[in-house]
Amino acid sequence: MLSGILIFNQKGENLIFRAFRSDCRPRLADIFRIQVISNPQVRSPILTLGSTTFSHVKHENIYLVAVTKSNANAALVFEFLYRLIMLGKSYFGKFDEEAVKNNFVLIYELLDEILDFGYPQNTETDTLKMYITTEGVKSAIANSPTDSSRITQQATGAQSWRRSDIKYRKNEAFVDVIEDVNLLMSATGTVLRADVNGQIVMRAYLTGTPECKFGLNDRLLLDNSDASGGNGMRGGGTSGASKTTRAAAGSVTLEDCQFHQCVKLGRFDADRIISFVPPDGEFELMRYRATENVNLPFKVHPIVREIGTTKVEYSIAIKANYGSKLFASNVIVRIPTPLNTAKTTERASQGRAKYEPEHNNIVWKIPRFSGQSEYVLNAEATLTSMTHQKAWSRPPINLSFSILMFTSSGLLVRYLKVFEKNNYSSVKWVRYMTRAGSYEIRF
Amino acid sequence: MSSGGDAKLFARGKVAELRQELNSGGKKDKNYSAKKIALKKIVANMTMSNNDMVALFPDVIDCMNLPSLEIKKMCFLFLVNYSRMKPEVALKALPILVDDMADNNPLVRALALRTISYVHVREFVEATFQPLKRLMQDNDPYVRKTAAFCVAKLYEHDKKTVENSDLIDRLNKMLKDENPTVVSSVLASLVDIWGRSESISLTIDYVSASKLVSILPDCSEWGQSYILEALMSYVPQDTAEALLLAERVAPRLSHSNSAVVLTSCRVILYLMNYIAEEKHITSLCRKLSPPLVTLLSKPPEVQYLALRNAILILQKRPEVLRNDIRVFFCNYNDPIYVKVTKLELMFMLTTKENISVVLAELREYATEIDVHFVRKAVRAIGKLAIKIESAAKQCIDTLLELVDAKIPYIVQEATVVIRNIFRKYPNQYEGIISHVIRNIDDLDEPEAKAAIIWIIGQYADRIENSDGLLQDYLATFHDETIEVQLALLTATVKFFIQRPTKGQQIVPQVLKWCTEETDDPDLRDRGYMYWRLLSTDPATAKQVVMGQKPPITAESEKLDPHTLEELCLNVGTLATVYLKPIHQVFRAARPRRLQPSPALQRPRIEDGTGIMLEYNPPSANMASASTSNSGLATITTTGNPISPVNAPPPPSFLGPTQTGSFAPGTNTSADAVNAADSYFNNIGSQQMASLDLGGRDDGAGGGGAPQSQFVVTQNQQQVYQPQFAGGAATGELLLL
Repeated sequence: MLSGILIFNQKGENLIFRAFRSDCRPRLADIFRIQVISNPQVRSPILTLGSTTFSHVKHENIYLVAVTKSNANAALVFEFLYRLIMLGKSYFGKFDEEAVKNNFVLIYELLDEILDFGYPQNTETDTLKMYITTEGVKSAIANSPTDSSRITQQATGAQSWRRSDIKYRKNEAFVDVIEDVNLLMSATGTVLRADVNGQIVMRAYLTGTPECKFGLNDRLLLDNSDASGGNGMRGGGTSGASKTTRAAAGSVTLEDCQFHQCVKLGRFDADRIISFVPPDGEFELMRYRATENVNLPFKVHPIVREIGTTKVEYSIAIKANYGSKLFASNVIVRIPTPLNTAKTTERASQGRAKYEPEHNNIVWKIPRFSGQSEYVLNAEATLTSMTHQKAWSRPPINLSFSILMFTSSGLLVRYLKVFEKNNYSSVKWVRYMTRAGSYEIRF
Repeated sequence: MSSGGDAKLFARGKVAELRQELNSGGKKDKNYSAKKIALKKIVANMTMSNNDMVALFPDVIDCMNLPSLEIKKMCFLFLVNYSRMKPEVALKALPILVDDMADNNPLVRALALRTISYVHVREFVEATFQPLKRLMQDNDPYVRKTAAFCVAKLYEHDKKTVENSDLIDRLNKMLKDENPTVVSSVLASLVDIWGRSESISLTIDYVSASKLVSILPDCSEWGQSYILEALMSYVPQDTAEALLLAERVAPRLSHSNSAVVLTSCRVILYLMNYIAEEKHITSLCRKLSPPLVTLLSKPPEVQYLALRNAILILQKRPEVLRNDIRVFFCNYNDPIYVKVTKLELMFMLTTKENISVVLAELREYATEIDVHFVRKAVRAIGKLAIKIESAAKQCIDTLLELVDAKIPYIVQEATVVIRNIFRKYPNQYEGIISHVIRNIDDLDEPEAKAAIIWIIGQYADRIENSDGLLQDYLATFHDETIEVQLALLTATVKFFIQRPTKGQQIVPQVLKWCTEETDDPDLRDRGYMYWRLLSTDPATAKQVVMGQKPPITAESEKLDPHTLEELCLNVGTLATVYLKPIHQVFRAARPRRLQPSPALQRPRIEDGTGIMLEYNPPSANMASASTSNSGLATITTTGNPISPVNAPPPPSFLGPTQTGSFAPGTNTSADAVNAADSYFNNIGSQQMASLDLGGRDDGAGGGGAPQSQFVVTQNQQQVYQPQFAGGAATGELLLL
């Protein structure tokens, strides 16, 4: 497994160097600096030199590097690096050069705890914060053996993600369904790809050890609840008749789901029930993917004409496809311009458009975009003449936006039940949001 | 540990000042805050590899026993870092660590054990053995899991002593621990030990494997990965067992941690080798596909890994990725390494049915900015023409459109692939020759030049001014690269055969250059060969030179079965990024092979060396499991290094280039002439034909390889450079 973890800033200064095996020599820091940080040709996150492999991730303005020897489990290496970033963020708010320099001793302490001999150990923030803290006060608590045993039980237990002594006066759970809708549309207006990457984020403020059950209008889930009273019949065997009822009931087909480790996967596999004991506070309960019947929130009609070699004319029409009661906020349309654009003129029927020469595009911002409305941008880019005329590569138009109370996949939360031995009642809130993932329109 | 504004401490310091700071404060400093600050500065300097700090060793050890965990941890870090430089001073810390291992606080016991086992100094290692045995049975699971890893750490320091002790046996016994985290740690430790020793074998029987799967849900995500890795050492003896286990592992595919997902894929793919019924295989394959695609919504590095593994899995089990090819279309903002890998997958998944969509997409990529990526897209179009015959025309039209944009690197790429298309489909698309020749002046790369020269030579009789074009190139003959010179030589000979009158002035000149004025043995050899051929029997020469060429295919990049099998047993590891035989990249990695068992479905691949894996009868496995009587899994040490699990060395990979050309062992030209003479005297015309026609002019670098299939590779020029293996080269090791 890992021989060492290194953190660098963009200049190549080594901020953290922790070796876990004797084959991780200090000079490896120089090698990484020379071969990756100061090498503009680097095009891969993985570099193998001789028997040493550097796997790196860039986050904010730092490089996080894992050193391995031999043929390591690369998925584990990258997952770990991303987990380290998550931990950093949850400890310091932001994980950048400044945070690393301000907390380098704490980072060493964390690394010693979450890796042993280069093998990732418990990385649950909740547990770690019980004995590794930024205040130094709690470290003192951990000095007493009884408290320590509680920590060690927690760190090695089957529910390492949850402490047992959590209490809330008011028991609440918030569920956020967040969808990133991806679109790739060809220049002729055909949809090349449209899919949804969804995530369900939960904030649980619940007392004790609550057992939660969670239901969606996923077709397989519905199949199951329709078909049986829980006699373990598998979803999948579908008949024509039930298909129509399902369509009427507005079910969606999820291509695939991935769950937080608190979810009992065996249970889900057998009878499609999402059942779990949640960690305290915020966590990502599940991720899913949907590719069928994706509801595209915006339809874009671009007309882009290159007039000779001196001018490009744009007419970009955007129509909102969602209900008129809803609205999207922060709609930003990025319209590429040729590299040799000298000046532009823009006229938008709504919002404001501005040319950003440093990014070679016109940025059209519409702060509030009501459902069913349609707006148009007319623009013109004047080009300077170039001696070496190279065809313009016409990168795609790109959209970003967010819409509340709308899911592109049509996914809905049907229920969230909380069972706890104290039998308290809890309040649950659900929110939906759809954002632009990679929403690209070629022209 | 105190927080925040430590940045100001992150600065280079001097030993004397730091020592003074460390010893300041005295009794007034109740919370030792002065010492803490000094230690932080020392830790910072350690990071900056300021090795002067080692002088502070005694002072740091003096702080080690202060009643502050924070200080202790910093001192330990210092100790781990510098102990090898000053072992004699480090020894003073040993009693403190030994004491701490008996502390009544489990966190302190574990910390001390973890620290002492990081110190690569003999006395420390020796002092660890006794306390370790005690701590392996500690009543705290956290200490026990630390102890489990400690065995692997000691093994790294001192193999012999560990093997001679009963530590590995004790570690085995810990597999019965009631705590799943401990069990998974034990497995990680055992697998680690297995990986670094030839004399140790790891065997897991069905009952144990089944138990391991049942504790999976109670482990952390990392623990699950360790258990799954260990399951690779279970060899199913019965096809029903393999199936049952695979189905029980399958729910893990929905885990949010990609390491768990990919390692589960590995286990399931592995178990499939032992499953008989086709319908079970199909249903398992269906389960693998969605999780692989879902990984594409993860961070780019994980996407990359998932895609590389998809390339691998697709070759082994094509039914796995029956997805819509569109999920692999590139996003404009994908990092280049993701894009290039997606391109490879798209090529592999293209069929007659979806070629139109793919071509439209590739055409789009060919307008992007990244030159490297654009080139690959153009190559892919050309390769698709060769892969899918019915779409060849469509591909060619797309290529010609791109050529018309007159972007030099696109023109060059297109020229190379069009040459291959001519080779693949003789007498079908020659109508476009004039179109291609039009851009001849834009070509400045050797590969493209060689391609156009091949076209000129091959179609000398159809190209009106072929002599002029050839003459232009010949004018700079001596400045060209060997690749171009070889192409020129062959083209000149072809030209002469097709147009003898015009050719007879050029040929002698070129043959003279090639035989007398060059240092390159290949060029010289080929020159002599043509010379002799032409002077002996012009009719045969024509037959040989203009004869029918062996067909080429685009399916070259298929890994050979041996490598494929090996890589499939390593899904998710670094080797799958390189898609190379593991020993070529990671020499120290312990090889994995499919172990024979009555349930194994495929016949073993003979690797030609005649070495076969020793069959390890199931009863022996059971025996080893039962003799050590340790519950779940066993790892056994044998004194002699010969072990039944030793796999045969990897076969040598002789490409067509190596088998075809005979190696010139001599340097002087006289010797070369003699050698060539004797060679050609001994060789039949049949073989010569293959030698010539398969020669370098086909762009595949194939020379008379035993099989008559030739392959269009695109990486002929991109020599694998180990020093850049991970960098720019990764995308280019395979395929496009």
